[in-house]
Amino acid sequence: MNDIHRTAPASASARSNVRRVVSAKGIEAWLVEEYAVPVIAVEFAFTSGAADEPAAKSGVTSLLSELLTEGAGPYDSIAFHQRLDDLAIELSFSGRLDSFAGSLRTLSRNRDAAFEMLGLALNQAEIGAEAVERVRGQTLAGLKHELKDPGAVSAKTWFAASFGAHGYARPADGDLATVPGISRQDVLARRAELFRRDRLKIAVVGAIDEATLAARLDELFGAMPLVGEAPALAAPRFAGLGETKIVDIDVPQCTIRFGSPGFKRDDPDFIAAAVGNHILGGGSFTSRLWQEVRESRGLAYSVQSWLQPLRQFGLFMAYTATSNARAHEAVAIIKGEVARFAADGPSADELAKAKQYLMGSYALRFDTSSKIAGELLSIQLFGQPIDFPQRYPALVDALGLADIKRASARLLGNGDMLTVIAGRPDKA
Amino acid sequence: MDTAAPAQATHATPEIGHFMLENGMEVVVIPDHRAPVVTHMVWYRNGSADDPVGKSGIAHFLEHLMFKGTKKHPDGAFSRIVAELGGQDNAFTSYDYTAYFQRVAREHLPTVMAIEADRMKNLVLSDDKVTPERGVVLEERKMRTDSDPSAQLSETMAATLFLHHPYGLPIIGWQHEIEGLGREDALAYYDRFYTPENAILVVAGDVTAEAVHKLARDSYGRIAARGAAPVRARPQEPEPRAARRVTLADGKVEQPMVTRNYLVPPHSRGEGAETYALEVLCQIMGGGETGRLYQTLVMQEGSAVHAGAWYMSSARDMSQLAVQAVPAEEVSLDELEAGIDRVIATLSREEVSDVELQRAKTRLVADLIYAQDSQSSMARIYGSELAIGGTVADIREWPDRIEAVSAGEIRQAATKWLQLRRSVTGWLVPEAEVAA
Repeated sequence: MNDIHRTAPASASARSNVRRVVSAKGIEAWLVEEYAVPVIAVEFAFTSGAADEPAAKSGVTSLLSELLTEGAGPYDSIAFHQRLDDLAIELSFSGRLDSFAGSLRTLSRNRDAAFEMLGLALNQAEIGAEAVERVRGQTLAGLKHELKDPGAVSAKTWFAASFGAHGYARPADGDLATVPGISRQDVLARRAELFRRDRLKIAVVGAIDEATLAARLDELFGAMPLVGEAPALAAPRFAGLGETKIVDIDVPQCTIRFGSPGFKRDDPDFIAAAVGNHILGGGSFTSRLWQEVRESRGLAYSVQSWLQPLRQFGLFMAYTATSNARAHEAVAIIKGEVARFAADGPSADELAKAKQYLMGSYALRFDTSSKIAGELLSIQLFGQPIDFPQRYPALVDALGLADIKRASARLLGNGDMLTVIAGRPDKA
Repeated sequence: MDTAAPAQATHATPEIGHFMLENGMEVVVIPDHRAPVVTHMVWYRNGSADDPVGKSGIAHFLEHLMFKGTKKHPDGAFSRIVAELGGQDNAFTSYDYTAYFQRVAREHLPTVMAIEADRMKNLVLSDDKVTPERGVVLEERKMRTDSDPSAQLSETMAATLFLHHPYGLPIIGWQHEIEGLGREDALAYYDRFYTPENAILVVAGDVTAEAVHKLARDSYGRIAARGAAPVRARPQEPEPRAARRVTLADGKVEQPMVTRNYLVPPHSRGEGAETYALEVLCQIMGGGETGRLYQTLVMQEGSAVHAGAWYMSSARDMSQLAVQAVPAEEVSLDELEAGIDRVIATLSREEVSDVELQRAKTRLVADLIYAQDSQSSMARIYGSELAIGGTVADIREWPDRIEAVSAGEIRQAATKWLQLRRSVTGWLVPEAEVAA
């Protein structure tokens, strides 16, 4: 049954072929040079996001992200999009809580034009008044659409309740109160703050060599100022632990979000906590939450938990959606499982199986150019080393039962969480 | 900088292995040696449109139940085995097919083939597994549809557009019929459709066709043929006569929108070039920010904040093409719909420009090149094409058929198919607007 083994893997895989490229101006990118498919993928991010914007201008980072492709250099908005489509170049930006990200995908035959368009968007975007109004209208339509959507409402309520006045309390897209008051000047000022070449992480995968990439990096980012490390901001305070908030929406099903303070990515127990979470409620068909809530009782289609390591604050989060009639039952089961895991941790058998899954499935994150670039970007944003993709399996393998128990107990404490229910739950 | 290089060179698709097992199971192998992983899929040529009358949702419900186990792999062992191999697994149901997949390191391919072959033949269901899973499906329906007015409008529009064909029924089923589905329904459906003659194996990734052929003979090849593939007898849609309109009003709607769906042929039912013309037409109308709808309604008139189109080109029976738009502040759905009508009327009256035509073709054909970057995408392209009755040649020839579409054919397609009598128009509005 060994026919499918071949002696020499074609590409010893992207995970071991990551190289650091540094341009003449000192701009660094991680590159996987790969010619099997005629495609180039670029993922990059500036390390400041919506959480850093002024509360009164909530949404300005997101608006900026939509405006960079609305006309730049010689191209007005229409011509810019036409040129992208004429060459099948995919270029987009997004304002996230902790970063401002860009994504480029091109056929390698259009490489030069693709980098030219990216450079124009970054350095010469017009951000015209008409485009500002158009994008504002689109943003407001999206925010209105979410007003009574239980998924969006539950998330916004949870973050608003837990983080108070901190930027993490505000949705990255802004809200209906702030977006109308954002001016073109606000957008331009935000761009000037964000685009700093020493607060930048870049990953590139595909048909491009080091020298070509290095030259492109300087053309794209070389004109941006150097400013040094961002000042450390006050750590956010978490509120509402142990509380339950109900937001009434006239729907037959409650969307329920749970969460509590967790670990930042640099916590020494982060990977141990992630392994523990996989067993408790990670996104697989084998977790305890899946078993108890879905398989045994049929209470929900979707139930899971995850770690969300924001830059200034780590979170443990969980989610389900279940009938109004049984919402409190589902909440009790999930709280019970979290508390039980905090107290007892996993069994040796559960840990062995989780390690097998996590070590084996890691390769599946590296099977398309865009996914590889995305992984390499997030590894950089989390401050991990360039050989992290190779080291990850050994880091998981080294963990013992005591590590998972310690990390899970530290992570979950006594199991208290802030719970938000959006829907119309029956009385408990 | 010269960037307008000719497109032909990139049309090449990878060397595809394609053969039949003796029991009638079709096999496709898509080699991709970039990473030592494989995507293994089994597609069955039955979907929600084959649900028996009164049993809507059974194809999808059975898809859930297929994870419950067999005598050899009881009690949900499939997903546990795949997880212990460091793999991922899941499944999905559509109108025309149901598919199961695992993504694993290449050395585990024989194991996932063995367990997938086992559940093609030996599914075991008990009420203590079936009953909770029906609850899961009802919660899935509540999540996807019953809590979302725009999803409810889509469901109603499909039910209105299709007067007779089961594409008018939701894939997940109507709630009251899901509530009545049980173990016997699932097993009867399983027995009818889960046969080697009705199945397609697709393996994409770090493998060769020869190796897959041998593994397939040793696993799926051991399942006895039934003698013939099951017959898909579906009532076909009559020629539509009347334009239809539906309005969904709900207190949860804060952002109105208008959608129109037309009954049009998919590639498998088209004559000559017309469905390829429809595909290019749809791209010219609704392709992102450069499409006619966006350019006219959003950029020039300012009557919409979003506008686009989609075409379900891959289907077994008469299918749909849809246009939709979200109004700007202070713009009524009446005004917006009139704007959509003007865009469509122009496309029926005048030929599109060469620049638009080439832009749309470039964008469509590039998607197939981008797909080659993803073994899962390639597996899905081949699996779905074969499952609806298409061929490997159809996929290979698709770029040339798109490139061959002329402006005249696009105008003809718009004139012939984008007629109001072939359509349903749906409005999504806040509750208050209906009372007014």
